[in-house]
Amino acid sequence: MSNGRFILLACLVGVALVAASTFVTNEYYVFAAYFVLQYVVLATAWNILGGYVGYVNFGTTAFLAIGLYSAAALNKWLDLPIPVLIPIAGLLCGAVGLAMGYLTIRLRGVYFTIATLALSVVVQTFITNWDYVGGSRGIYIMRPTDVPVFGSYVAYLFFLMTVLAVASVVIARVIERSTFGFGLAAIRDDETAAAASGVPVLRLKLVAAAISGALMGMAGAPLPFYLTYVEPTSSFSLAYTVNSVAMPLVGGTTSWLGPVIGAVLLGTMQQAMTVLISSSVNLLVVGVLLVIFVIAAPNGILGLIRSLRGKKVDPETNPLAAILVTEKRSSQ
Amino acid sequence: MGQVAGLLLDAIVSGILVGGFYAAMAVGISIAFGMLGISNIAHPALILLGSFIAYVLNSQFGMDPILVGVLATIPFYFLGTLLYTAYEFAFERRGTQLIRGLAFFFGLLFITEVGLQLIFGVDYRLVEAPYIGPSYNFGPVSLPVRMLIPFLASVLLLIGLQIFFVRTFTGRAIMAVAQDKFALQLMGAAPVRIKRIAFGLSTATASLAGAFLIILQPVEPSMGRDYIGRIFAICVLGGIGSLPGTFIAAVIVGVAESITATFYGPSWSPAIAFGFLLIALVVRPAGLFGRA
Amino acid sequence: MMMEASAATSNELILDARGITKRFGGFVALNNVDLAVRPGERLGLIGPNGSGKSTLTNCLCGALKTDGGSISFAGRAIDNLSSYQRARLGLGRSFQLPRPFHSLSLLDNLRIPLVYAVNARSGTHLTEPQIRTRSTELLGEFGLGGKLHRLPGDLTQVEMRKLELARAMATDPTLLVSDEALAGLSHSEVNEILALLLALNKRGVAVIFIEHIMRAVMAFSERLVVLVAGEKIADGTPKDVIADERVIGAYLGQ
Repeated sequence: MSNGRFILLACLVGVALVAASTFVTNEYYVFAAYFVLQYVVLATAWNILGGYVGYVNFGTTAFLAIGLYSAAALNKWLDLPIPVLIPIAGLLCGAVGLAMGYLTIRLRGVYFTIATLALSVVVQTFITNWDYVGGSRGIYIMRPTDVPVFGSYVAYLFFLMTVLAVASVVIARVIERSTFGFGLAAIRDDETAAAASGVPVLRLKLVAAAISGALMGMAGAPLPFYLTYVEPTSSFSLAYTVNSVAMPLVGGTTSWLGPVIGAVLLGTMQQAMTVLISSSVNLLVVGVLLVIFVIAAPNGILGLIRSLRGKKVDPETNPLAAILVTEKRSSQ
Repeated sequence: MGQVAGLLLDAIVSGILVGGFYAAMAVGISIAFGMLGISNIAHPALILLGSFIAYVLNSQFGMDPILVGVLATIPFYFLGTLLYTAYEFAFERRGTQLIRGLAFFFGLLFITEVGLQLIFGVDYRLVEAPYIGPSYNFGPVSLPVRMLIPFLASVLLLIGLQIFFVRTFTGRAIMAVAQDKFALQLMGAAPVRIKRIAFGLSTATASLAGAFLIILQPVEPSMGRDYIGRIFAICVLGGIGSLPGTFIAAVIVGVAESITATFYGPSWSPAIAFGFLLIALVVRPAGLFGRA
Repeated sequence: MMMEASAATSNELILDARGITKRFGGFVALNNVDLAVRPGERLGLIGPNGSGKSTLTNCLCGALKTDGGSISFAGRAIDNLSSYQRARLGLGRSFQLPRPFHSLSLLDNLRIPLVYAVNARSGTHLTEPQIRTRSTELLGEFGLGGKLHRLPGDLTQVEMRKLELARAMATDPTLLVSDEALAGLSHSEVNEILALLLALNKRGVAVIFIEHIMRAVMAFSERLVVLVAGEKIADGTPKDVIADERVIGAYLGQ
């Protein structure tokens, strides 16, 4: 499928989602769908650096919170509308991603990972000490009263998040098929060999880090208006990070589709379980799924599907796929 | 002596004491990450697990937390060998270590943390022991015994480990793994077995560090995360895999944090370690005491 | 018997490295090594294990920073250029252990250097169909024409070596540094790869041939350089070099 067709298709899916949301009378479902779409953005963003280049970012919360708090602060200061806040948050987080990358990504990949873990703690420290946005007490955000076109504010937020989700997926897919995407794959497979083939390794990694950070920040910008009250402890919940790592790894990291599958599956599951059981238990399930998948199905759900179609599976590297293939054979 | 000078001196002394304890937290990472190249970011969560074991046995049976820490090194050692076996099977043997290995340990960190939260809730828990409370005072400087004991115990732990690495065959074999896998095979030792022992040892230190932690301050399950940046900063700064370097770096970070907390407020101190981490990574990735 | 590199004026040289020094901590891996290569030359580089051959390769290709000396390539100082820039200038390398891009098909493995090295040069721009034709052609030359869409994981060891060379050739180099392309291959496989390298050289590509198999080195090289413990101890025609007492001493053990 060409990029043009894919973009058209993605937009149609987006329009269908927004149209469907207007028929839903119970606002809770729209809230839940917003949450899932937000994870589509976060997981897709994470995967651009994590899946395509192989650099693990454990700082999703930091990027999301920078987007969130920059929107909250700018809204309080200048009363800017969300469509303006989103690109600002994107620029800011893109710059943070670039800076983090520049400082640490030149070294071994694991140092970048550790630095991103520490980044969350530091951003949280700064925000806890930042009185303008309420410090540790938190801040209430006034939703604007007049909403053009969209009947309710929730519908408006849902529309914005749908746009972001469609845009992220399109960006991920365009990257994947581009020369840039091939360069990223070469870096992921072997940095030294990539450089020997003329790939400007550092520059490509930095661009990927910036795009990934920017998308995460943009996902955070509408969040204060969705929650209406934000404070550091819940804004820096590890749940965002663990989900944005688990979703691509469960779905499959080498294609744009993996994070989407992961986000829809795990996101929906968590929404259902939060209602039925407790939110701690569903986070535990996400953690367990993450560990199971990295051990037993390293290529995620997409990898499992692919090996079911193929013939040869190495049980050593891909135990779950091997079991499924054997099952399939014996049932035939 | 001026009031500021007194405050400064007190901050330095408590920084040194806390720094010694940080060394006990960091030494496990120093072994796993520095010597074996395994990025065990779940280590802080295991330390918290150690703290809660000390809490349970102390509150139920009145056992001394340090004694619990020492006894728990045995199950922790076996937990470590188990984790390494899984890690070796799932990642090292396949050669796809980094991204999935990190995700694996991150998942473990998360499971441990949420598991502790489900059992113990999010309240702060503490232990009781005769040495928690009293404190010696020398002018403006106070020496709380609850800080002194973890400091001394940490120093003993590090000295013990250093002797182990330098003097015993197994210890030297672990150091050899750190340097060169092939050299070790020539010595006739199996790298996987040696690494399993080393990783077990690294995990065993978590039970001691956990006991020290809960003596120093009340704990809650998600605290471990705050220590990740700090511990790795210490390891990197101290030179990957060097125990004396780890100790000195831990004291430097401890003192810097303590001074920051005294003069700017404790809410700023988490940023200090990050600053050190970035400086260490950018300026001198081999660490202060590592080979360039 | 040392054939001095400076005897030739530097604009006749494709590669002119002088006084290359590399230290790892206290260990001196390369000590003041000079290496000159003329366009289209076949230069053999030999030395015992740990003599600094791979370190020299890494320094020449930009994977390691040197601690002293200067390198010029095609008349241009390249000391401050990183690996990818050197590759774009036409300094190609193949790795001792093949390092293919595992997640990419064979065609895409070659697409990377064609897009990133060849197309980054001024004056060349291959279109998408041209890239495909060129990579198909190259894979065909290296006997991999039947496996265009396979992943490197499906290849045998010899095929992997061929892919490694094909990828290095796809950068369209004027100098190829081939690091032990023959290690671990059978007698007939050695001949096969050697023939490929000779064919490349016929087209005007200079080759630095790093190898342990003396039969292959003697058959391939016009000139031979010997490294021992990070120092160049001989540089001349293969016949003269293997008769040199210091070389014999280094190889037979002092």
